[in-house]
Amino acid sequence: MYTEQVMDHFMHPRNVGEIEDPSGVGEVGNAKCGDIMKIYIKVENNVIVDVKFQTFGCGAAIATSSRATEMVMGKTIEEALAVTNKQVMESLGGLPPVKHHCSVLAEEALHAAIADYKARHPEA
Amino acid sequence: MGIYMDNAATTRVTEPVLEAMLPYLTEHFGNPSSVHGYGRDAKRALDAARREVAAALGAKPSEIYFTGCGTEADNWAIRGAAYAKKEKGRHIITSAIEHHAVLHTCEQLEKEGFEVTYLPVDEYGLVSAESVAAAIRPDTVLVTIMAANNEIGTIEPIQEIGAIAHEKGVLFHTDAVQAVGHVAFDLANMPIDMLSLSGHKLHAPKGIGALYIRSGLHIQPFMRGGAQERSQRAGTENLASIVALGKAITLATEHMEENAKKVSALRDRLIKGILETIPDVRLNGHPEKRLPGNVNVCFRYIEGESLLLSLDLKGIAGSSGSACTSGSLDPSHVLLAIGLPHEIAHGSLRLSLSEENTEEEVDFTIASLQEIVARLRAMSPLWPENRKNDR
Repeated sequence: MYTEQVMDHFMHPRNVGEIEDPSGVGEVGNAKCGDIMKIYIKVENNVIVDVKFQTFGCGAAIATSSRATEMVMGKTIEEALAVTNKQVMESLGGLPPVKHHCSVLAEEALHAAIADYKARHPEA
Repeated sequence: MGIYMDNAATTRVTEPVLEAMLPYLTEHFGNPSSVHGYGRDAKRALDAARREVAAALGAKPSEIYFTGCGTEADNWAIRGAAYAKKEKGRHIITSAIEHHAVLHTCEQLEKEGFEVTYLPVDEYGLVSAESVAAAIRPDTVLVTIMAANNEIGTIEPIQEIGAIAHEKGVLFHTDAVQAVGHVAFDLANMPIDMLSLSGHKLHAPKGIGALYIRSGLHIQPFMRGGAQERSQRAGTENLASIVALGKAITLATEHMEENAKKVSALRDRLIKGILETIPDVRLNGHPEKRLPGNVNVCFRYIEGESLLLSLDLKGIAGSSGSACTSGSLDPSHVLLAIGLPHEIAHGSLRLSLSEENTEEEVDFTIASLQEIVARLRAMSPLWPENRKNDR
């Protein structure tokens, strides 16, 4: 049911963990529905210099969060905000229809982390 | 080869069963309804298989009707009884933890003007006989409670429940798909009017089941057509699979005691190994009143599908009542009915063993689970270790 890319990210997730002193943190989803994603970002001069995630969820949820962090690493805030769930999905070779919401969740977690960064750094 | 621990989903067709059925696809291919020698050959085999199934259940051959699967048997029993008794009343009693073959049939009947009571269960998944007694009304026509639960393995007190139904003159049906072949039945001496079973849960192929209907009870026929199955279930018989079911149920009955002993020892080793070496795990279902092969546990802070995928990569086949496997957002209705919160129910794992599993497989599975659960928890935002730095 999953592509090789999804299974690779599931078994070898990139950027798992947390950032000690993050510039922003976003947590979305809820345990009731079986998916929670938490993304931490470290921003320097408007560039995401580090990003980490923690996910409670299915294989697709873990893979999409891993892939999303990979795609925004080193990007400016504006570039990161332009990354869509569709791009994340496509770069993983697609997801089964029932799993599309997982990629939406990854995008939302990232946007929440950026919103948190902006709230904490109104000067930025 | 891999480690197969999903025997509640389906089982392997064993060699003696395969050998018994194969000639009925080739040499003895006749239609049991035909008059000629080919037909008589087939009819003899059909009758013999019916006698075998009846003997295994302590029933009369004339009380056994072959069906296409366990789900068909459930649909037929419930709808057939409801419509046959609709002049007496339109109320049916079942439980919250039945298989969907029963639940969705009952829901459909509600749309057709019947009333259904879904009895709650206790924390172990037990339906109490008292709750059945309390729910019976003058217009109740059928009680349908499973013999053993497919997810958590709890064995229900069907003897008591059936007795109460009969005391009040109400029919009793049991979905025994998970129980037959693993738990003894003596239907002549049990207060059971109808019982559903399925072949592929006991080493016969998929696509064959049976419904026991106590003699003297008349329910609506399932399918109309030819005179097969005493005109109650028309359609040319799936003879090879029927022969396989006869063989498989005979073998299961002959070896029931030794198999139950072996399998329950493996089950207890697996449960003990998991509970003693992995923190924050709970066993679902009853500690003693459970099927010999059923293990169902919830691992907190992780989700079932990622657990299953990881096990699969190690060659271990299990299943989960998790939302993500079924494509719905709700976890298993059974785990919710025993009172588990959604977030814990999402982390469930069912491993169902057979007599073909070994201690080595059990030990490898325990070790694999330790590693997988640790890995998934380390990346879970719910794992308390990962919440230490929360602001």
